[in-house]
Amino acid sequence: MNLELFAPELTLGAFAIIVILLDLFIQRKGLLAVISLVGLVVSGGFSVVLWGDSTQAMFNNMLVVDNFALFFKLLFLGIAALVILSSVDYVSKFARFQGEYYALVLLSTIGMMLMAATTELISIYMALELTGISFYILVGFLKDHKSNEASLKFLLLGAVASAILLYGMALVFGFTGETQLGEIARVIQTMSLTGVLASPGLILGIVLLIAGFGFKIAAVPFHMWAPDVYEGAPTPITAYLVAEEAAGFAIILRVFYSLFALPHWLSLEWGLIFAVLAAIGMTLGNVVAIPQTNIKRMLGYSSIAHAGYLMVGLATMGFSSAADILGQSSLLFFLGSYALTNLGAFIAIIAISNKLDSDRIDDYSGMGKRAPLLALGLTLCLVSLVGLPPTAGFMAKFYIFSGAVQHGLLWLVVIAVINSVVSAYYYLHVVKVMWLGKPVSQEKVPSSGALRVALSLACLGVLLLGIIPAPIMRLAELAAKMLIPG
Amino acid sequence: MSFDYLTAMIFLPVAGALLIAFLPGLSDRVIKRLAAIFSFVPLALAILLFCQFDRSLGAAGVIQFEEKLSWIPAINAYYHLGVDGISLPMVLLTTLLGFLVILISWKIDLRPREYFAWLLLLETSILGVFCSLDLLLFFLFWEIEVIPMYFLISIWGTGRKEYSAIKYVIYTLFGSAVMLAGILCLYFTTGSLSMVDIAQTGLASFRVVVPTVAIFFLLFTGFAVKLPVFPLHTWLPDAHTDAPTAVSVVLAGALLKMGGYGMIRLCVTVFPDVARQYAPLLVALAVVNVLYGAAITIRQTDLKRLIAYSSISHMGYVLLGIFALGRVSMVGAVLQMFSHGVITGLLFAVAGLVMHNAGERDLRKLGGLARQMPVIAVVFSIAGLGALGLPTTSGFAAEFLVFVGSFSSTIVSGIHVYTILAVLGVVIAAGYILWMIQRVFYGPVLEKFNGVMDADMLEKVYMFIFVAAIMLVGIYPAILTDVIKLGISPIMGLLGG
Repeated sequence: MNLELFAPELTLGAFAIIVILLDLFIQRKGLLAVISLVGLVVSGGFSVVLWGDSTQAMFNNMLVVDNFALFFKLLFLGIAALVILSSVDYVSKFARFQGEYYALVLLSTIGMMLMAATTELISIYMALELTGISFYILVGFLKDHKSNEASLKFLLLGAVASAILLYGMALVFGFTGETQLGEIARVIQTMSLTGVLASPGLILGIVLLIAGFGFKIAAVPFHMWAPDVYEGAPTPITAYLVAEEAAGFAIILRVFYSLFALPHWLSLEWGLIFAVLAAIGMTLGNVVAIPQTNIKRMLGYSSIAHAGYLMVGLATMGFSSAADILGQSSLLFFLGSYALTNLGAFIAIIAISNKLDSDRIDDYSGMGKRAPLLALGLTLCLVSLVGLPPTAGFMAKFYIFSGAVQHGLLWLVVIAVINSVVSAYYYLHVVKVMWLGKPVSQEKVPSSGALRVALSLACLGVLLLGIIPAPIMRLAELAAKMLIPG
Repeated sequence: MSFDYLTAMIFLPVAGALLIAFLPGLSDRVIKRLAAIFSFVPLALAILLFCQFDRSLGAAGVIQFEEKLSWIPAINAYYHLGVDGISLPMVLLTTLLGFLVILISWKIDLRPREYFAWLLLLETSILGVFCSLDLLLFFLFWEIEVIPMYFLISIWGTGRKEYSAIKYVIYTLFGSAVMLAGILCLYFTTGSLSMVDIAQTGLASFRVVVPTVAIFFLLFTGFAVKLPVFPLHTWLPDAHTDAPTAVSVVLAGALLKMGGYGMIRLCVTVFPDVARQYAPLLVALAVVNVLYGAAITIRQTDLKRLIAYSSISHMGYVLLGIFALGRVSMVGAVLQMFSHGVITGLLFAVAGLVMHNAGERDLRKLGGLARQMPVIAVVFSIAGLGALGLPTTSGFAAEFLVFVGSFSSTIVSGIHVYTILAVLGVVIAAGYILWMIQRVFYGPVLEKFNGVMDADMLEKVYMFIFVAAIMLVGIYPAILTDVIKLGISPIMGLLGG
């Protein structure tokens, strides 16, 4: 038993407990944010040290440490750090439970890190629930009408999704007799075409798995929670939801790649399902986002659309042969750049709505004069969400679409690029309001140092990924390689 | 290690833009001077390139001043720049206009910091398009242009500026979305993003997944929105009319040329067979462009809108020249792009002066201005005569080459009829140009324009530079055609003509 492999999660857990305990004694709650940040950095350090060429398993093959898992762990840690940086002002307004807030952020990070590392059905479920429950509480943290509604909706739909997922897992287990992904894969690969077709339960199990995971990534038709939760949750937590979606994709990649990549006719089947879901998701998300007047709700629909773009990568993976990693690596790169861009946008929104106390797009009028740097940052992130160069969003789309074209999904790419054009309309509407609208008042919009640091980091990342994406693409490729079975 | 001319030329404007945008405490005067410096140096570099360009016959089709660095190994993308005979005139045109529009904008008072920063960024993106030899880099620069244009039109424009700006963005993004699909198809057919390699090897040796005709038309549609080709032209009158003067100049002068350049560089060079097969259709479209554009132009009553519609007609000649697929006609098409850039650039600049000084742009209310603004009237007439193709102006040289080249082209059947039809466009052009000049500058002197100023010193300077360029190319077109020929001749080899 090699516990040092588990060091990143252990450290983070320890820091979460420290934060809760210290909360009882200290008055300056800002210190808790610093401690949480230290925890994230230390955990990240351990993760970097573990990066290597080998795959190591622990806890009887329930968890693995490979580059794929570490890529996601670092991504989640980075996102959590930016979220905590941008929460400091926001949380200081809470009367109670500041310590719990930070601790829950750390705990949900552990859950997501486990999601990226699991290779076994039961531990997948555990990791999902650890993440989910932390998030249900965080979403309801404001305890006002909208926040409560969002939390309840999230909880109920999440519970249904978990039930569906469990049922799917039970069916897969029933037909294969294994819970280890590797073992299940071996059973499936030995089955003939007629063997699989003769057991509709297995197919049903796969479909139920897709449905359960689909909820996590806000894929159509399991997307209904996204707009409400995005609107109602405390804004830093809304920003944090992008990590949860990324974790959902991590699990989907792991499960579908290691379980159902072979035989090829099977991967074509689910590849097609993802392609159709992608097409519907991005069209629906983008079209419904147009009439929105609340910026958080608008970004909620935009996340549905982006889940659609990401599923283009999943479809590519289904259509490609097992040795071809373009689908996965482009998906990983897209996740990284989308997370960074979305975070940047939300950090700017947090700063602005701290002052305005409103998320209405119309109230952003004249923000270019009242807070030029915040508006510039938000503009850059929105441009990246449209997918225009020289930003991360452009490179990510180019990379993921190029994979899809290579595997004969030109029709899907055409739908996707036309969707990008549609999305330009509502993203640029916000830009227009900020730079062309008349300021409602002449008052400047202040922002704290922590927020400014977080926003500059995000914007810098967005630009760097857009201009010199090669190093991160290389990392994504290395991470994607780990997935090849055998 | 030689000096990287192209990198310096492309990125100097954006460096200036960053400086202007982020250096605190710059006065308006300093901002304008900085902008002028950061756009003049690229012009000087472009002229230097033009002088050093190897014009010997052995240089036909050779990429000069090449720079190549690995950029994104994962998708085989390179930072690959270079110019040849087709792109060099475009580079020269862009840097020239890039410098002149700064002078044209000298009287901008509204938010000058942002204005000049966007204008400089715009120049970088257009230069990048003309110099990129890597498809991804090309597309990246192609897309960057949208953002400055959106802001420039919607903040500093006039009339329905926000409507026009978003219309421009949506059309452009639609075009580039389709183009992106085409580029991706091309990439996966060949496995390369290098325009040079793809053009050299051709598509015949690859297993073709997507029909080449489909890829051709995906790319063509992208470029057709920009040129613009009927029926994708409806963004152009709105954007030109509502944009501020300087942006109309860049838009008509340099941005439209990206479409024509792309057609030669990608559509014809990579798909010679498809181009040959569909040339009759595209040439017919060109004739529609010429005649339909000219017919609408004659009906316009707004000064800027009139010039905008005349651009559609003139871009029809470019399309005709390209898809007549003759050696001379293609040289003519490239020359026409350059010539239209300076002539229409000057028309827009002078129209802007008329509007600024007289405060009126409705042709029905203008008149007799030659008395108040003699210099402007003369310059406007020269530009107008250039636009209708009078000898000794560049317009004549370019259109003459296009018509002669098209008429004598042996590749496209029925080209004679199309060419003759297109020549009719020149007749209509004479009509609308002369009528416009008459309505603005001649006729009875109007009371209300008493005291209207003529051009000041700075304005005379930039008008002189424009006129000099028009005359120089008109009298001695070989200065450009010698260069253009070098770029066209390898394409003719591919076409087998």
